[in-house]
Amino acid sequence: MNSVRIFFVGGYLAYRALFNWIHWSMYIPTMLGGPIFQILFFAYVGRYAGLRSDEFFLVGNAVAICSLGGIFGMAMTIGGERWTQTLSSILVTPANRLALFLGRALPNIANGVIVSAVGFTVGYVLLDVSLPASAIPGIALIVVVASFACTAFGTLIGAFGLRGRDIFFFANLMIFVFLLFCGVNVPVDALPAWMQDIGRVLPLTHGIEAAREVADGASLGDVSDLVLTEAAIGLFYAALAYSLLRLFEIDGRRRASFETM
Amino acid sequence: MSHAFRLFWTGWLFNVKNLTTSGFFILNATISPIFFATIAHYMFESGGRAGSLLYASLGAGMMGIWSSVLFGSGGLIQWQRWQGTLEYVIGVPPRLILVVLPMTVATASIGLYSIASTLLWGRVIFGLPLDFVHPGWFVVALLASIVSLGLLGLVLSSTFVLLRNANSLSNLLEYPVWLVTGLLISLSLLPGWTRPISWVLAPTWGIKAIRAAALGGDAVTPVVLCLVLGLLYAVAGHFTLGYFEVRARKSATLALR
Repeated sequence: MNSVRIFFVGGYLAYRALFNWIHWSMYIPTMLGGPIFQILFFAYVGRYAGLRSDEFFLVGNAVAICSLGGIFGMAMTIGGERWTQTLSSILVTPANRLALFLGRALPNIANGVIVSAVGFTVGYVLLDVSLPASAIPGIALIVVVASFACTAFGTLIGAFGLRGRDIFFFANLMIFVFLLFCGVNVPVDALPAWMQDIGRVLPLTHGIEAAREVADGASLGDVSDLVLTEAAIGLFYAALAYSLLRLFEIDGRRRASFETM
Repeated sequence: MSHAFRLFWTGWLFNVKNLTTSGFFILNATISPIFFATIAHYMFESGGRAGSLLYASLGAGMMGIWSSVLFGSGGLIQWQRWQGTLEYVIGVPPRLILVVLPMTVATASIGLYSIASTLLWGRVIFGLPLDFVHPGWFVVALLASIVSLGLLGLVLSSTFVLLRNANSLSNLLEYPVWLVTGLLISLSLLPGWTRPISWVLAPTWGIKAIRAAALGGDAVTPVVLCLVLGLLYAVAGHFTLGYFEVRARKSATLALR
């Protein structure tokens, strides 16, 4: 019961305290405004390139922007403990570590879904797109899975925050990596083979592919393999992140380096 | 005059060195333009615009210059405040504009890394031939762009500081300016109402001049327009910086966030 409380209440409080962009004056321009312009930017570059329809870029980017909350949110809510000098206080408690760290993921997954939903809505209004209403539940489910996978990856980056100094560099870098390797704006099969291979093991790639197929009329059952692969990738990164968090915790105790920068 | 020049040179050099040691600026100025150039290259190649590698490289390079100015100049006063150096910047005998200008031009100069990195990327990875049509004008266009964007940074630095969360405005304005100034697209694709916005933004003329010098065309007119805009930014920056200084001194809020 205590672990459940830590998972939900601890995760919520950490999000409120450490997600620096939570104030509306930061949240709206950064988490909603910027991503909406990202969708418009790539849709227009796509028009100029004569590559694909607006729908291709709307779906790709609107799913991809769920990663912002997952990546930066987890970097802030886990890595941020070190900056605020509260990491030792957290780790001295006997709290269940799984509940402690993964509880922080839940608000970020929800945030990713909200950002993506706003992106889809505004993009749908502003661009030349016609999504069938029947596709919405399927896409919504895919966004939840993609947001989970990205948040798991963000937890991995957050884990490095227990050791590294500048995890925001890597958080920013990964957003660019996702944009290039995950088929957000370039069809995956148009990339060189080695880039396709990297994209296949990253979050988003399978989610975006599934969302595009659903937007084109496929049923959720038709893309179940892609959705399950996306979920499996998320679970893999979540397990890896948890292992690293424990490893760095033990190592941090041994070296007494929790508060050193 | 020589005193003002020495102040500019020292301030510019110090800030270029300072920014060069920042991981965030190196990411924005060198790594992210390469990612965007690669994305644009594959988009153009997969679409109907094969052979647009130089176009994409130059556009992505200019995107990096804008990002450096936006984040560097937009957050300049705030960063001085966090570092505890704002009082010294304001308190020294030279006029504030002479102290801030080298800092904002330095943020634009860091953008040179962007153009250099995207051109080098094109050359090394894709064998892009770097035989510009007007190499002399290419240098002039690049310098004019750096100067005018640095002067635009002067306006950004003194207006963003009036907002509590200047960083959020920087996060918001990156993509729309890339879009509306036609760094990777033709402006004719955009709705007509965006045209006046494009005209008053230096990157529009900067990229026109750079592309004309590299790919062929009239580079002189956009260079002149770029510099004229720079002068207008300097005048605007003089007043906005003055307003910020008077307001901060009157309310004694210089060091307060």
